[in-house]
Amino acid sequence: MSKATRSMIGHYLGVIFIMFWGLAPFYWMVVVALRDQRYTFDTTPWPTHITLQNFRDALATDKGNDFLGAIGNSLIISVTTTALAVAVGVFTAYALARLEFPGKGIVTGIILAASMFPGIALVTPLFQLFGDLNWIGTYQAMIIPNISFALPLTIYTLVSFFRQLPWELEEAARVDGASRGQAFRLVLLPLAAPALFTTAILAFIATWNEFMLARQLSTTATEPVTVAIARFSGPSAFEYPYASIMAAGALVTIPLIIMVLIFQRRIVSGLTAGGVKA
Amino acid sequence: MNTRAGQARSAAWLIAPALIVLAIVIGYPILRAIFLSFQADRSLDPTTGLFVEGGFAGFDHYLYWLSNRCMSPSGNVSTCPPGVLATDFWPAVRITLFFTVVTVLLETILGMIMALIMNGEYKGRGLVRAAVLIPWAIPTAVTAKLWQFIFADRGIVNSLFDTSISWTTDPWAARSAVIIADVWKTAPFMALLILAGLQMIPKDVYEAARVDGANRWQQFIQITMPLVKPALMVAVLFRTLDALRMYDLPVIMISSSSNSPTATISQLVVEDMRQNNFNSASALSTLIFLLIFAVAFIMIRFLGADISGQRGLKKRKVPGMGRRRKAAAEEEKQEVPA
Repeated sequence: MSKATRSMIGHYLGVIFIMFWGLAPFYWMVVVALRDQRYTFDTTPWPTHITLQNFRDALATDKGNDFLGAIGNSLIISVTTTALAVAVGVFTAYALARLEFPGKGIVTGIILAASMFPGIALVTPLFQLFGDLNWIGTYQAMIIPNISFALPLTIYTLVSFFRQLPWELEEAARVDGASRGQAFRLVLLPLAAPALFTTAILAFIATWNEFMLARQLSTTATEPVTVAIARFSGPSAFEYPYASIMAAGALVTIPLIIMVLIFQRRIVSGLTAGGVKA
Repeated sequence: MNTRAGQARSAAWLIAPALIVLAIVIGYPILRAIFLSFQADRSLDPTTGLFVEGGFAGFDHYLYWLSNRCMSPSGNVSTCPPGVLATDFWPAVRITLFFTVVTVLLETILGMIMALIMNGEYKGRGLVRAAVLIPWAIPTAVTAKLWQFIFADRGIVNSLFDTSISWTTDPWAARSAVIIADVWKTAPFMALLILAGLQMIPKDVYEAARVDGANRWQQFIQITMPLVKPALMVAVLFRTLDALRMYDLPVIMISSSSNSPTATISQLVVEDMRQNNFNSASALSTLIFLLIFAVAFIMIRFLGADISGQRGLKKRKVPGMGRRRKAAAEEEKQEVPA
């Protein structure tokens, strides 16, 4: 075997290793979700005893779970947080990427510090404050703390995107008599749309996946999917409901996976542009 | 209208909303936490039988955590007896630092290997990148449940290796399980960040090295490592800060109790808060906050993690505007990277 062939085989082995790493545990979750729960601990690597009962159990509401409700809560919380973060963040990102002004370094520093800020430091004061305001179990009690990480992430990612936009076009529009606002709205916003969209996806996923704050600040009526899954109780009180939890996990994850498959290229560029946190 | 003063004025208007929002959602809570951390707990006044506000407590709550200094209702100071949350502090610090060092190290090595594999030219690159994004996209809560199942007593790991390890109760098995789940989730993310750094290295540098007779390993040490270092350091910095506040995985996979073998400091804050000890919980969260900023400062200052994003930015691409910029990027490639 020639050296080139050997190196090519090595390379493809590496690629297979990465694919296995990324897909195998997720695949196993789907297999178990589809398998009759009496056979949950079977080790056959492909789906056997196929049933949808686990999905029905996951969505059933008679055991104190309300998974569909939790998905609704997650959507409300994530969409609102993302919309607010992008709406506020886009102006700051524009200023940081495009304008020269005194104190720019300080503002950048504040945004960076905020993006590294540990959410755990917010939990105690907010828990006490929201308790006093009777806000525990309201949506704002979760949206407000989520802004604390979604907004810095949005600004950080948008700034790195905006720095790469062809700003000459803005200048050209200004020369043609457009105001700064018009140039931004008519020329730059269409060009910046992909960046805004990518940033929104990242903020949405980060909010959708949040658990620590939600666990302390939600009640059963407002809990998002992450909290619902963590405290899931199954059809039998005596057996740990792995099969229905895997079904619930698959339900939460599959929309995200579809999003990842469609927007894979954009998500990667967004993650690496900002060097964002996981 | 395009003057410096004009720019400064518009900048102020554009930036103000974000700064106000951040002041509300981060600034106010953190100031309140610092204030609470110096407040004494409410106590029962023995003469009137009424609750009185605690007043200033100095560093009592900090000493409670740092040196396990407990105060009895009568005001006697002694070392905290076992079972008091303060006694879980140093074990939690050790576990958190242990998790941080081990996971970040493993993720960096594995991420580097994955990035080197992904960097080549081959069919199905998009597919590989999508596969790598899956662990990142799955919510950590689901990851935790998934790995809890994989590590269940009769789970696939024990079946495949024909072992009967109780992964969720044996201390070191539980710690390994958490580390494996965390590395699974974040090594691919690390790989993507490193890959972005690798793709910025111009190909002709390797060409020249080959001509000079450098082998693969020498190329890796002499060219790849130094040139990928900025991207690597940013990735390591963010991962380290993330690992220091680890909460979801140990709580969902193993136990939310603050004396479990995998309890992290974040867990301890929540546990203390749930017992309505808002003042000492605030002191502890302030300590975590200081720890994280100290680590960030050290890594940025001494290890050269450049997070301002100035360096190397020119060569990155914006989605959806590849072609227009590619020509410009080609020209810029001629420049030697700083």
